[in-house]
This record gives sequence, structure tokens and C-alpha cells, in this order.
Amino acid sequence: MPYQYIAEALFYVFVLLVMFGSLLAVRARVLMHSVLGLAVTLLGVAGIYFYLGSMFLTLMQVLIYVGAICVVLVFGIMVGYTPEEEARRGVKGRPNLLLSLIASFSGFGLLVLVMGRTVWEPFTPKTGNFSLEYLGENLLYKYCLAFELISVVLLIAIIGSIILARGTRKEDDEKAYFMGATVPRPMRKGGKGQ
Amino acid sequence: MMLSDNLHTYLILALFLLAIGLYGLIRHRSFIGMLISTELILNGAGVNFMAFNRFLAPDPAVGQVITLFIMGIAAAEAAIVVSYVLAVYHRHHTIDPEEMDEMRH
Repeated sequence: MPYQYIAEALFYVFVLLVMFGSLLAVRARVLMHSVLGLAVTLLGVAGIYFYLGSMFLTLMQVLIYVGAICVVLVFGIMVGYTPEEEARRGVKGRPNLLLSLIASFSGFGLLVLVMGRTVWEPFTPKTGNFSLEYLGENLLYKYCLAFELISVVLLIAIIGSIILARGTRKEDDEKAYFMGATVPRPMRKGGKGQ
Repeated sequence: MMLSDNLHTYLILALFLLAIGLYGLIRHRSFIGMLISTELILNGAGVNFMAFNRFLAPDPAVGQVITLFIMGIAAAEAAIVVSYVLAVYHRHHTIDPEEMDEMRH
């Protein structure tokens, strides 16, 4: 019976990870510290998913969020980083802080109020098939539309990010200019501009 | 009365993530910071779905499928936003969202 208390204590550890990680993510002055806070938060959420019955989602959370998205964010910071981005926080200073506090506190308070007053149906304690076989079978038979849709979305995102990151090449700019599109006039090599 | 067996714990956790993400979305100055806050909000939604999946759902595969869907969408969005930041920085040499307020800059 002591295992239950150890499990409960570990649950509190994950909740603390989520709380402090998210606070670090939004209050850090350096952008890299925000990404670190996000990684800690996502690890905490992965632990929470374990307590919610799904080991597969724990693994996928670590793999996708911490392993892929945080790395992509670090690359994004590496590309677009200028030193003056570090120290600036907030758009107008004091009104921005007030607005953000009002938004988050009021949203949180209202939704907690609604949640407290709602009578949820009686909790059914962990019945049903939480196994990976059941999830895989459902994903391919009953919920195959979601499966196919997410693959289409990912394909479009890949194509879009390749097009965006490639940038326009000079011959594309020239062709577009002479066909009447509004792009800046391409300059000749070694010559003067307009 | 264990806290990890109660539905309200997980709902409050999800709302906390939403509130912190909203705070960060308004406060951050750069696109990447706003993206980080958006990821926090999406994770809050995922925790919410998984909580209802465990406690109230008759079929426990639905919540997991939805959460996997949310993860895929978040990954696609992060990729698009980072490549957008790359393209914008390549063209304008700043990533200040205050400067980027028109479609053709």
C-alpha cells in the first residue's frame, strides 16, 4: 500500500514541473530560457498523460513536442536572433502587463467557476480498454478519417514551409516583375538600381 | 481522496496552462515567444481532452486520437511559423512583430 503514496507524490512532482515550467516560459527575458521552460512543461504534461491512462501518449508527447517542436523552435531562434530582442518585453510597458493579467486571470476565474458549478456525470473509474492495441485498431478502422486528415495536414505544412523558407530566386522575381506583379524591380548584376 | 483520481485536478491544470499561455501570448515581443505560448495553450487543451477521456468517456480511444491530432497540428504550425520567421528575417532583417503590420511590407 505505500506505492499509492509514492505515485501520488510523483503526481505532485509533475504538476510542479508543469507550473514552474510554464511560468519560466512566459516570464523569461532570454528567448532560449523560454524554450527551456516550454520543454520542462511538456515533460510535466507527459507525466500527467501517464496518470491519465495512456503510456503511448506519454511517449508521443516526449517524442513530438520535446524532441521535434522544441528543436525546431531552437532553430528558429538561431535564425532570427538579434541581441536587442532579448531585453524588450511587452509592447507598451504598463498597459500591456495590465491587459495580459486581466485576460489570464479573468479567463481562468470564469472557467474555474463554470467548472465548479457543472455537475459532471458520475465518474466511471478507469473502465474501458486503454491499451495500445485498442487504440491502434480504432485509429485504422473507426477513426481512419482523422488519421488521413492529419497526414494531409502534415504534407501541406511540409510543402508550405519548404516554399516559405526557400525564398524567391532572382529569376522568379524577374519573371514576376515583367508579368506585372508588384515585386521590387530586380537589379542587374553590377549595374545601378532604379 | 487522492488528487490524481479527481477530475477537477486535471481541469484546473488545463485552465492554468491556458491562462499562462494567454499571458505569454500578450506579453512576448517576438514571434517565437508567441509560438511558445500557443504551444502551452494547445497542451492545456490536450490535457483537458485526456482528462475527459479517462473519467467520462465511454470509449477511451477517442480522447487519445484527438490528443494525437492536436499534437500533429501543433507540429505543423510550429514548422510553418519557424519557416515564416526565416523568410521574414531573410527579407527584412528583423523579427519584430510591430514592424510587420501590413501584408505587403
